[in-house]
Amino acid sequence: MSERVFVTGIGTISAIGNDIESTFHSLLDSKSGVGPIRHLKTKHSNDFVAGEVNHSNEELRMMAGLSEDFICTRTALLGIIAAREAVKNAGLSNLDMETTGLISATTIGGMDKSEIHYHDYIQGDNLEYAKTHPCGDNTEKIAEALGITGFSTTISTACSSSANAIMFGARMIKSGQLDRVVVGGTDALSKFTLNGFNSLMILDKEPCKPFDENRKGLNLGEGAAYLVLESANAIDLTGKTPLCEVTGYANANDAFHQTASSPTGEGPFLSMKRALEKAGLSPGDISYINAHGTGTDNNDMTEGLAIQRLFGEYVPKFSSTKAFTGHTLGAAGAIEAIISILAIMNGFVPPSLNIKTPVSDHYIRPQKEALLNQVIEHVLSNSFGFGGNDSSLLFSKLRK
Amino acid sequence: MKTTNIYINGMACISPQESLDKSQFLEVAIEHTGNQLSCIEPKYKDFIPPMQARRMSRILKMCNVAAQISLKDAGVEKPDAIEIATGLGCMADSEKFLKSIIDNGEEMLTPTAFIQSTHNTIGGQLALALGVNNQNFTFSHNDLSFEHALLDSLMLIRENEARNVLLGGADEITENTHIIKEKLGLLKMNAGSNFDILTDETSGTIEGEGASFFVLSPDKANSCYGKLTDLSFGYKPTDMADLEKGIIKLLSKHNLKIEDLSLVISGYNGDQQNDEIFKTLGARLFKSTPQAYYKHLCGDYMTSSAFSLWLAARIMKEQKIPKIINLNEIGQGPINHIFIHNQASNNNHSFILLSKC
Repeated sequence: MSERVFVTGIGTISAIGNDIESTFHSLLDSKSGVGPIRHLKTKHSNDFVAGEVNHSNEELRMMAGLSEDFICTRTALLGIIAAREAVKNAGLSNLDMETTGLISATTIGGMDKSEIHYHDYIQGDNLEYAKTHPCGDNTEKIAEALGITGFSTTISTACSSSANAIMFGARMIKSGQLDRVVVGGTDALSKFTLNGFNSLMILDKEPCKPFDENRKGLNLGEGAAYLVLESANAIDLTGKTPLCEVTGYANANDAFHQTASSPTGEGPFLSMKRALEKAGLSPGDISYINAHGTGTDNNDMTEGLAIQRLFGEYVPKFSSTKAFTGHTLGAAGAIEAIISILAIMNGFVPPSLNIKTPVSDHYIRPQKEALLNQVIEHVLSNSFGFGGNDSSLLFSKLRK
Repeated sequence: MKTTNIYINGMACISPQESLDKSQFLEVAIEHTGNQLSCIEPKYKDFIPPMQARRMSRILKMCNVAAQISLKDAGVEKPDAIEIATGLGCMADSEKFLKSIIDNGEEMLTPTAFIQSTHNTIGGQLALALGVNNQNFTFSHNDLSFEHALLDSLMLIRENEARNVLLGGADEITENTHIIKEKLGLLKMNAGSNFDILTDETSGTIEGEGASFFVLSPDKANSCYGKLTDLSFGYKPTDMADLEKGIIKLLSKHNLKIEDLSLVISGYNGDQQNDEIFKTLGARLFKSTPQAYYKHLCGDYMTSSAFSLWLAARIMKEQKIPKIINLNEIGQGPINHIFIHNQASNNNHSFILLSKC
């Protein structure tokens, strides 16, 4: 199991940018993408803010370079745009795609179309979209657009989905089954999730305030992010310089409640601890934690306690970037993986926005301003989801 | 991947057949009429407290029971990891919440159905019930969902990340998805008996559902059903020879030839176009091999290959092929290796090789 896993390309689209560069600048400038809901047709567009990608489906289709007869959902469109950027960033050719795998995550799959056309489908209308409902269809559309013909699969584990897709991709490389794989996730904003989280009463009507004492809940977002992972063999063949290395990962289950985390944050504690063990690192080696930090009372409290328990007195810099992007559900793990990689590449710590009063039950304090010129060696990225599904990824600067 | 012997030490299957009944093995197959094969469900109150069962959708209840029985069968109290496959997820709860959004105009919604609508509700609830803190993945990749969850289970065991893995594949029929599948032309519209799907010369299949769970381990238990020798995939084969080459290559990796196969189980679903490839393979590569099919028993659904693994494992343990699945008259000897072939639209093929413990 000594096979190393490298990141050679990244791509993303979210409320804070259509690509890596604009995303990085928004983070540097503390410019949030959370705002009024413009594109999603919902009764609640004036009730809540969200991290919506500010483009219509038609505009996204143009950006993805797809014709009208390529039937797909907004989820797939976002995925195609981000995955294309990652593949381009890794310098892969069309020929390379034939030997590249795809592991994509989504929570709602084609729900953005189903919630519009559900009754039509039953009547036998707009059926072209009915086939886009399964999560797997979105992955197949991304594979088709990218020219990936080999191994592709879909993981759907709620809000940790794309962290698990990255983990599974790393394991496929480590076990020698793939040399190169595009991993990540995508989710479009939908009435389904907006109303779902509203019914749980965990949406903040104002921009969310992760790790603030007076946080009121989360803002939803949408987007996609993909990474190209390559084996040491693949790197040797091309002489490519990787962006960073995936050194650790773990998925643990809180086994406490379907939607709430355990008071001690057992799942989050285990996922972070095991990711460190996998990498052979100790807590003191971590330079920055990109927290799950949704802005809900429950998540931030228990995640903070789990961080305190694992790191003790010396807690690395940490922040939640959810106030920039909103909670992008199945895409969140991958978007935040990319933010973590940007931190490593640029010696940068992104801030937690909107904090006035830190959580009084925590002694740890989130990073409130962007920092540059930092030595960022190892970054831990957390993603936690319904069903107690907790994942941590560990990215490391390339060893000389 | 490292080679480690991996065994099926326990299993349970809820299907449109009496598959939970250990006293008989498809000797009396259940006949269904029409294009929908619903599960014969167990008495849930024997397994789940009624208060809890009331909040659970059918798929959650079926999975809970199948998981419990398979663990008991393997003599495992708490698995080390949980791997779930579902093509459409918790469809009844998804539709329930979706319908309430539409019907109530996005007002006055209760969260229960939403909470239970995520694809990983099955795995999450099992982790909760069994107290499993370790890896818990859910694969949802159309017709390959189950094979991918199986692949990950094998990887976890070979990586020494888990000894006992609880693996399950499940999908449920709902009234409206059934209608939508009919409208999409995926189902036979004037289906008669499920036993006749191969002779009825119409397009489309019959919809099924089920929950099949397995306990996999590198340690062979007394309850062992079979050894999972290999799993592999074939993507967009250029022609029949290309597909056959892939199958031969897989077998030769284990020093096996076509003649060594005691049985081939293929994913015939009654749709003429879909079945063409199985027919051709059956007449060429497998012409001297005993052949069987199974979707007439469980119906077609995205994780129906989980039923085919249950079927193969039971055949291996009992050393007996139920008559109802036979496709040809080639006599059987001792059953040492069973080859399972599934595919969807000739794009994605999966091959599972099961051997005697």
